[in-house]
Amino acid sequence: MVAGVMNVADFAYLVLFLSLLVVASGPLGFWIAGVLRGGPPVFLRWLVPVECAIYRLAGIAPATEMGWRVYAGTLLVFHLLGFIALVAMQLVQGHLPLNPQHFGAVPLGVAVNTAVSFVTNTNWQAYSGEASLGYLTQMGGLGVQNFLSAAVGFAVMAALARGLVRKSAAGLGNFWADLVRSTLYVLLPLSLVLAVVLVAQGVPMSFAPYATATTLAGAEQVIPLGPAASQIAIKQLGTNGGGFYGVNSAHPFENPTPFSNFLQTFAILALPGACVLAFGRLVGARRHAWVVYGVMLVFFVAALGLSLWAELTPHPQLGAAVVMEGKEVRFGVVPSVLWANATTVASNGSVNAMHSSFAPLAGGVALFNMLLGEIIFGGIGSGLYGMVAMIVLAVFLAGLMVGRTPEYLGKKIEAFEVKMAAVAVLVPCVAVLFGCAASFLTEGGRAAVGNGGPHALTEVLYAWGSMANNNGSAFGSLTATGDLYTWGGACAMLVGRFGVILPVLALAGSLAAKKAVPPSSGTLPTDGALFAALLGGTILIVAALTHFPSLALGPVLEHLLLGAGRTF
Amino acid sequence: MKPAVVSSWNPALLQRAALDAGRKLDPRALSRNPVIFVTALGALAVTAVAVRDLAGGCLTGFTFQITLWLWFTVLFANFAEALAEGRGKAQADFLRRSRSHIQARRLRGAAEECMAATDLRKGDVVVCEAGDVIPADGEVTEGIASVDESAITGESAPVIRESGGDRSAVTGGTRVLSDRILVRVSVEPGGGFLDRMIGMVEGASRQRTPNEIALGILLTSLTLVFGAVVVTLPAFALFSETLAGQPGAVDTSLPVLVSLFVCLIPTTIGGLLSAIGISGIDRLIRRNVIATSGRAVEAAGDIDVLLLDKTGTITLGNREAAEFVPAPGVAVERLAEAAQLASLADETPEGRSIAVLAKERFNLRQRDLAAPHAQFVPFTAQTRMSGVDLAAHDGQRARRIRKGATGSVRDWVQRQGGAFPAAVAEAVDRISRAGGTPLVVAEEREVLGVVNLKDVVKGGIKERFAELRGMGIRTVMITGDNPLTAAAIAAEAGVDDFHRSGHAGDEARAHPRRAGAGAPRRHDGRRHQRRARARPSRCRCGDEHRYAGRSRGRQHGRPRQQSDEAHRDRRDR
Repeated sequence: MVAGVMNVADFAYLVLFLSLLVVASGPLGFWIAGVLRGGPPVFLRWLVPVECAIYRLAGIAPATEMGWRVYAGTLLVFHLLGFIALVAMQLVQGHLPLNPQHFGAVPLGVAVNTAVSFVTNTNWQAYSGEASLGYLTQMGGLGVQNFLSAAVGFAVMAALARGLVRKSAAGLGNFWADLVRSTLYVLLPLSLVLAVVLVAQGVPMSFAPYATATTLAGAEQVIPLGPAASQIAIKQLGTNGGGFYGVNSAHPFENPTPFSNFLQTFAILALPGACVLAFGRLVGARRHAWVVYGVMLVFFVAALGLSLWAELTPHPQLGAAVVMEGKEVRFGVVPSVLWANATTVASNGSVNAMHSSFAPLAGGVALFNMLLGEIIFGGIGSGLYGMVAMIVLAVFLAGLMVGRTPEYLGKKIEAFEVKMAAVAVLVPCVAVLFGCAASFLTEGGRAAVGNGGPHALTEVLYAWGSMANNNGSAFGSLTATGDLYTWGGACAMLVGRFGVILPVLALAGSLAAKKAVPPSSGTLPTDGALFAALLGGTILIVAALTHFPSLALGPVLEHLLLGAGRTF
Repeated sequence: MKPAVVSSWNPALLQRAALDAGRKLDPRALSRNPVIFVTALGALAVTAVAVRDLAGGCLTGFTFQITLWLWFTVLFANFAEALAEGRGKAQADFLRRSRSHIQARRLRGAAEECMAATDLRKGDVVVCEAGDVIPADGEVTEGIASVDESAITGESAPVIRESGGDRSAVTGGTRVLSDRILVRVSVEPGGGFLDRMIGMVEGASRQRTPNEIALGILLTSLTLVFGAVVVTLPAFALFSETLAGQPGAVDTSLPVLVSLFVCLIPTTIGGLLSAIGISGIDRLIRRNVIATSGRAVEAAGDIDVLLLDKTGTITLGNREAAEFVPAPGVAVERLAEAAQLASLADETPEGRSIAVLAKERFNLRQRDLAAPHAQFVPFTAQTRMSGVDLAAHDGQRARRIRKGATGSVRDWVQRQGGAFPAAVAEAVDRISRAGGTPLVVAEEREVLGVVNLKDVVKGGIKERFAELRGMGIRTVMITGDNPLTAAAIAAEAGVDDFHRSGHAGDEARAHPRRAGAGAPRRHDGRRHQRRARARPSRCRCGDEHRYAGRSRGRQHGRPRQQSDEAHRDRRDR
C-alpha cells in the first residue's frame, strides 16, 4: 500500500538520505575521535594557537586529569554559570544593544524555562523567537548555549570512553579541554560551512530591523529578519532544535528550499551517528560500534516505516490519499515524516511540520522515539552515553542468563555499574510519568490541551516526553506557557539531562578504576548479531513496560478510534 | 560422619521451612528482599480493602481472590527461601552434633586419657586406631594408617596418612580405617577445618555474590519504575475518562492497581531466587558434586582462573626415575646397578622408583644387603648426598657409591682426585631444561652417569585443561620449582600459565608443622632442600592454604575454584 502511494522520487529521497548518513558517519566519526583524543584534523591545525590562547586566557591547564567527581562538578558549575547568564540576558534585554524591535524583559517563568532548555540541549521553546527575543539574546545567549551544550555532550562521551579504556586510573580527562576542542574543531567549522550554505539558500543573516511590506491585498505585513542562518546551522548540527522563529524549520526563512530541508535533515543525524563510530574508535572497538549503529539504524528505519505506513494509508473519513494539513506543501509528506523521525530519535526537536497533525500512529511513533530515552542516535554524545547505559543493562541481563559476571569491553559490570546504568535509564521515564500525572491532576495542566479525546492525552505525554528526554520538539497544539509547563518543565529538563550525565560520569569513574579482564569464551561478544538482538530487546522491554499503558491511552487508542470513524 | 545428602523434599525440612515462611513475614526479614517487601505491602493494603468491603457487605470475589493470590505469592517466596536456608542449617546442625560426640584419646606420657574432642589444645598428642574418628586437625607424628576422608573431600577411596613427608596432615572428623597413628594437634579449638566448614555452611545464606547484589539493585530499580507507572496510572485514566465524558469507566481501585503492579514487577525472579539455588544444588548432586549453597553454584559460573598446585595435582606427585644416562665409557647396566645399590636403603618413592626402574630395564634383582657388608649413608642437608659403603666381602672389592645433587657429587669426586666429565654436565643440563631432576651417581672417583627423575604428568590432564580453556577458564600452575622445570612441566601439562611462588616466611606461616622441622627427613638430592623451604601449595584438606587462598579471593570479590580434592588425592589411594 505504501509503495502505491510513494513515488520513485520519495524512495530516492529516503535512500539518498540513509546512504549519505551511513557514508558520512565514518569520516565524521574519525574526525570527532581525533579531536577528543586531543588533535585537530590536518586542515584545522592552524587553529591550534587559538586553542592555546583560550587556555592561557582562561588559566586552564588542559593536561590536568580530573576524577569523575571533579569532572561532574566542573560541568555543573559551568552549566550553572551559563544558566545565570542566559536568564539575566533575557530579563535585561530591553537595555541591551542589537534589539531593533525593542523587546522588553521575558517573563521570569519563561526565561528560566528557556535558559534551562538551552543549557540542557533540550531547546523546548515556551516563547516565540521573532516575537520576544532580541538579536543579541538569540545570538549571544541561545546561540552560544547551542554550541556549549552540544560540546558538553561530546565531553561526557569522551569521559565515558576514557573510563572504558583506562585501567586502574582515576582521571577521566579534562572537561575544559574537551569542551574547547569539540567546540573549536568540530562544531564551529561544520556550523560555519552549513550556515553559509543556508544563507545561499535564502536564510536571513542580518542585524536589520524587521522589514515592513504592503501585500497585494493592501495589508501591512511585518517580515521578521535577524541573524538566523548561524543559529539554524548549530541548531541542527548540535541536536539543539531551538528555532530562530516560533514555528521552527517550518518557517520559510528557516528552511527555504527542498535542498535546505534535505541538508538540515541530514545535519540532524550526522553528528549523533558519527558519535557512535567516534566512540568505537576511542574505545578501540569499531566493530562493536558498527553493531550499535546498526541497532540504532534498525530502530530508526522501523519507526520511519511505521510512520510512513500510517501517514500514507488512505484516511477512512476524508478518503484522500494523504493529509496535508499541518505539513509544508513545499516539502511533501515523505520528507516531513523523515524529518519528524530524525528529529525525535536524535533529541533534536526542530520541526518542519506539526506533529500534532500527523496520523495518530505517526505522531505516536515520534512520541515513542523520544520515550525510548533518546538513545536511537540521540543527542550529541548524550545519545551514545545513554545507549551505553542501556548496553550495560543488556550485557548484565545476558550475563545472568549464562551465570557469569558480565563484562563490557573488558570491564566487569558489577553492582555499582548496574545501579548507575539503571538510574540513567529510568530517571527520564519516571520524570515523564510524574510530569504527566501532575498535568492531569491540575487545572492548569488540563486546560493547556488544544484538542479532545486521546489526542489531548498524547499532547500532554508528548510535552513531558519531549522535555524529560531533552528533545524539545512540540506536538504543536499544547499551550506551554502556564506555570506547570514552564517551571515543572524546567525541572523535568534538568532531571532528564543531569539525571543521566551524573550517573554516566560515575559509571565512567568506576570503570576507569577497574582492571581490564581479558576476553574469554564466556564473554558475550559485543560485536555480533546475538548482542544486537539482546540490546534491541532490552531497549524495547524497558520502554515498553514503562510507557505502553500511557501510549495505549493516547496514540494507540486514537488510531483505533480513527479506524472506528472518530476524529479529534 | 559424612553429612547425608539432605533432600530438599525431606518432610522435616519442609515442615521447618513452612514454619519459617510464616516467621519471615516479620517486616525486618521481608525488607531484605525489596520486591517481596512491596508485594507484602500491596497484600496488606488489599487485605485492608477486603476487610472494609466485608464490613460494608460488598466484598467481591475479585478482591477476595486477589488478596489470597498476593499473600500466597509472599508466602511462597518465603517458603522457597526458608527451604534453601533449611538445607544449610540442617547440614550445620549435623556437623556440629557429630563433632561434639567425638571422643579423643589424649596421650599423657605413656598413659591414654579420654576427653571430648572440643577440649583438645594445640600441641596435644592423640592416639587414633582403626575405627576412631580423628578428633582434630593435626600432623601424624608416628605410624601410618589409611584414612577415610570422604566427609571432607567427597572421595570415597581411603587415603594413606603417614608420619613425615607430604602426607602427614590429617583433618578432624575423618575416620581411621586401619592401623594406628599418633597425631599432634595443630589447631586451637574452634580453628579447625570442621569449624570453618560449619561457619561456611551457616554463613552461606548471608554471602551474596556480586551478581546477586547487582541483580537486586536492578530488580529494585525496576520495581520503583513500575511503582511510578502504577501510581500515575489513575491520573491518566481520570483524564481519559473526563475527555471521553465517561466518568468512572476505568476501574482504578486499589486491588486492580496492586495486582497490575505485582504483575509488572519482577516478583518471579525476586521471589524464586532461592528456589533457583535449590535446583542448582540438586542438579549438581546428580553429577556427584556437593555444593554447600546455591550461592556457591552461582559463584562457580564466575570462575575464570583456576589455580592448581603442581605436585600431586598436575603431576603424580612423586618424581620417578625415567632414564639412566651413563657417562662416556660406562655401561648403562653398571650405572643402573650402582644407582640401585645406592637406593636400596632409600625408602622415599623416588628412591624406590630407581630400584624399580633398574629392575624393569635391566632385570637387576634387588639384593639384600646386610649390615656387616653394607653401610648406608643417609641423606643430610649438609652433604646433599646419600649412598652406600660396601665392605669387601665374598671376593668382592669394597665399593663406595653416592648419588645426589650435581654440585655435591662433583665436589665428592673431585676431592678424591676424579674428574667430572663434560658429557655428564651436559646431560644434567639437558634433564634440568626438560623439567626433570638430575641425580648424579658416582662410585669412588668415577662419575657413572645421571638418573633422570621425572615429574610425571598425570594422564589425560592436558585434555582436561583444554576442556577448561574451552569454558573460558584459565589454568595457572603454582609451583616452587625452578623456572626451567616449571616451564617444562607447564608445557607438558598444557596449563596456560605458571606461577612460581614461595618465600621461606610464607611457608613457615602456612605450614606450622614444617616451620621448625629442620632438616627434611627424606633425602634424594637438592630438590628436597628446596621443596621443604619453598613449596607452598601442596595443601591437603585442613591445611591453612585452602583458606588463605579462599579469603584472598573473597577480598577481590572474585570466587576462586578450589581444585578438586578427589583428583588431587588420587595418587594416595
